[in-house]
Amino acid sequence: MNMPAAPAKPPRKLGIKENYALLTRGLGWETSYEPMDKVFPQDRFEGIKIHDWDKWEDPFRLTMDAYWKYQGEKERKLYAIIDAFQQNNGQFNVSDARYVNTLKLFLTGVSPLEYAAHRGFAMAGRNFRGTSARIACQMQSIDELRHAQTQAHTISHYNKFFNGLHDYPHMHDRVWYLSVPKSYFEDAMTAGPFEFVTAISFSFEYVLTNLLFMPFMSGAAFNGDMATVTFGFSAQSDESRHMTLGLEVVKFILEQDPDNIPIVQRWLDKWFWRGYRLLTLVAMMMDYMLPKRVMSWAEAWEMYFEKNGGALFHDLSRYGIRMPKYHEVASKEKDRLSHEAWGTFYNYTQAAAFHTWIPADSEMQWLSQKYPKTFDRLYRPRLEFWREQQAQGKRFYNNTLPMLCQTCQVPMFFTEPDDPTKICYRESDYRDNKFHFCSDGCKDIFDHEPEKYVQAWLPVHQIYQGNCFLPDANPAAPDFDPLAEVLRYYHMQVGHDGHEYLDSPDRRNWEQWTGKPGVAA
Amino acid sequence: MSVVALKPGYTGEIKDRVENFHGKQLLYIGWEDHLMYCAPLCIPVPADLPFGALTAQIIPALYPAHPDTAKIDWSRVEWFRSGRPFTPDPARSLADNGLGHKAALRFRTPGLNGIEGSCS
Amino acid sequence: MSDAVFIAFQANDETRSIVEAIGADNPQASIVHYPAMVKIDAPGRLVVRRESIENLIGRAFDLRELQVNLISLSGNIDESDDEFVLHWNQS
Repeated sequence: MNMPAAPAKPPRKLGIKENYALLTRGLGWETSYEPMDKVFPQDRFEGIKIHDWDKWEDPFRLTMDAYWKYQGEKERKLYAIIDAFQQNNGQFNVSDARYVNTLKLFLTGVSPLEYAAHRGFAMAGRNFRGTSARIACQMQSIDELRHAQTQAHTISHYNKFFNGLHDYPHMHDRVWYLSVPKSYFEDAMTAGPFEFVTAISFSFEYVLTNLLFMPFMSGAAFNGDMATVTFGFSAQSDESRHMTLGLEVVKFILEQDPDNIPIVQRWLDKWFWRGYRLLTLVAMMMDYMLPKRVMSWAEAWEMYFEKNGGALFHDLSRYGIRMPKYHEVASKEKDRLSHEAWGTFYNYTQAAAFHTWIPADSEMQWLSQKYPKTFDRLYRPRLEFWREQQAQGKRFYNNTLPMLCQTCQVPMFFTEPDDPTKICYRESDYRDNKFHFCSDGCKDIFDHEPEKYVQAWLPVHQIYQGNCFLPDANPAAPDFDPLAEVLRYYHMQVGHDGHEYLDSPDRRNWEQWTGKPGVAA
Repeated sequence: MSVVALKPGYTGEIKDRVENFHGKQLLYIGWEDHLMYCAPLCIPVPADLPFGALTAQIIPALYPAHPDTAKIDWSRVEWFRSGRPFTPDPARSLADNGLGHKAALRFRTPGLNGIEGSCS
Repeated sequence: MSDAVFIAFQANDETRSIVEAIGADNPQASIVHYPAMVKIDAPGRLVVRRESIENLIGRAFDLRELQVNLISLSGNIDESDDEFVLHWNQS
C-alpha cells in the first residue's frame, strides 16, 4: 500500500450548525411515485397550515453521533449508581417506608406514560412531512423508551422488598385512579400529530413537567433515594431537550400561518387543563407522601408555573397567544389541591396499590405553616377525626364508588373556584345523555369534541357494567363480593397492597429489617 | 364540529348508555358541606325505585361513618337536581321525580355542617 | 424587570466548574442549591461560555456535554460552538 509522502491535512471539522443542517436538510426528498399528501395523510386534517418545513429548528442541533455518545454516557452513569444502590441495600436508607408509596404511584402512573410517549412520538414522527421534525420525534421516541426501561430497572429492586409494585402495566390499564394518566395520554395519542406534540412537548413537558421532576426528584434525594434521583435526573436531562423542542414547535407552527393561532391557543387551553388535573397526584406526593419535604405544592406552583410559566407566556404574547384559560382557577386551587386529593385516597386506599396514613403531628404543623389559609380550618378537623376513629379500631374507608369527571376521570372532589367547601359540579346534555365534569376546564374540553369523550372508559361505570371481573367470577353467586372481585381483576392482594399504612406488612417489614420506626421522627 | 377526525362523519359510541347497566340506571348523590366523604357517590338503582327509599335506607347506608348521619332530619332536608332546588315526592319513583340515568342529586342538611363545622 | 430565564443542573463534581463559570459570566444571576440540584435564575438572559468552562476545568469542553447533567431550563435557546444562550424575546 502506498503511503502519501506527507500526511494529508485532516478535513475541516464541521461546526454544529453545518452538521445539523446536513442531517436535517439533506436527508429528505419529495416523493414522486406517490403524492406527498398520500404518503403523509395525517398532517393536514387538524387545520394546521405549514408553508415551509425548513423553518423547523432544533435549537440544540443534536446530530445522531452526538446523541448516541451523550446518551451512552448518561446510561453508564445511571447503571453504575443503580448497581451501587442495590449492593449497599440503599432501599433501607430512605427516610421511612411511607416514602416508597411515591414510587408505587410513579411506577404505575408515570412509567407507562413514558412508554406511551415512546409510541406517540414514533407515530408523530411518521406523520410529519418535514425531515427535522421527523428526526426530533425519532430521538424523543428513543429517549422515552429509555426512560420506561430505566424506571422499571430502578424500581424493580424495590419490588423485592415492598408491596404494590408487582404488576404495573396490568394495573395501569385497569385500576380506577390510573385511568387518569392513561386517558390523558390516550387523548393525546388519538389526536393528530400537531396536537400531540403541542400537548406533550409543549404543554406537558415545557409548562408542567418541572413540577413533577424537579421537586419530586429533589425530594427523592432528600429522602435518601439515590437510585430514583438518578433515573429522574437522567430522564430530566433528556426532558430539557424535549421542552426546548416543545417551545420551538409551538413557535414554528405559530409563525407558519396566522390561521394556526386560534387552533394552537385552544390546544394550549385544553392541554394546560388536562395536564394540571393530572398533576393533582404530584401535589399529594409533595405535601403528604414525602416523609421529608422539600417544598409545598403551593410553593412549587408559584415558582414553576406562576413565575416561570408566566415568563414563557409573556414571551409568546407577541404571537397573539395568551395565558391558558383557567390558569387563575389553578392558582385559586393551590391551597387545597393536595389536601382534597389525599383525603380522597384516604377514603379509597383499600382499592389502591399504595398505602395512605394520617400525617404525624409535626407534619400537620408543617402543613399548617405552608397552608395558613386552609389547613387548620378545613382539613385538620377531618384528619384528627379520622385519627381518633382509627385509634378506636374504626379506620375510615369509603365503601361506595365515587362519581367521576367524564373528561379527566378524577373523582369529583374538586371544589368551586371561589368556595373550597362546595363540590364543583358541571354538566352537559349530549345525544340524550347527561355528562358530568369537575370543572369548567373539563366541561369545555368535552363540549368541543363530545364524540371523542362520550367513549371514555370510566372505571366506576365499567365496574357497574360488570366489565371488571375475571371470567371465573360469578356475580349471581350469593356470597359474591364485588370489591374483592374487582381487586382480583386488578391483581391487587388484599391485606398487602393498599389500605392503611400503619396496619401494612410494608411497615412491619421495615421495622423488622431496619430496626427503624415505620414513621420517621 | 363535534370532533376533529381524519374521516368526515366520525361518531363515537356512548360507553355509558343506560342499556349497559343490566336494567338499572346510575344515580349520583352528593351531601353538601360533608366532604369527609370526598366526592359525590355513584350507585346503580332501578328507575322505578320510590324516592322515599333513598332517605329511608339507601342514603344513610352510604354514610355510615359520619357523625352527622344519625342526626339528619329528613323533613328539613333541601334537595337539588342538577344543581337546582326541587321538592321530591317520596311516594313516586326516581323517574317520576325527574331523576333519569346519570342524574346528579344533591342534598343539604341545614344545621349540620360537618366535623367541627369544617364542612368535612 | 425582565422575566427570569433559568437553568438547573445535577449537583456533582462535573457541574461545580460549570456553575462557577456561569456565575462569573452572569453577575446578575442567582444560584440556589437544592438537594442534589443547583438552579440558576437570571433576569432576561443567561450565557454559558465554552471558554470560561475550559479555563476552569483545564481541558477542551463541548457545550453539548452540558446535556449529561442538565435537569431543566426555561427560555429560548441559541447554541453555537462557543456559547449557549438562554433568553426571552420581550423587551
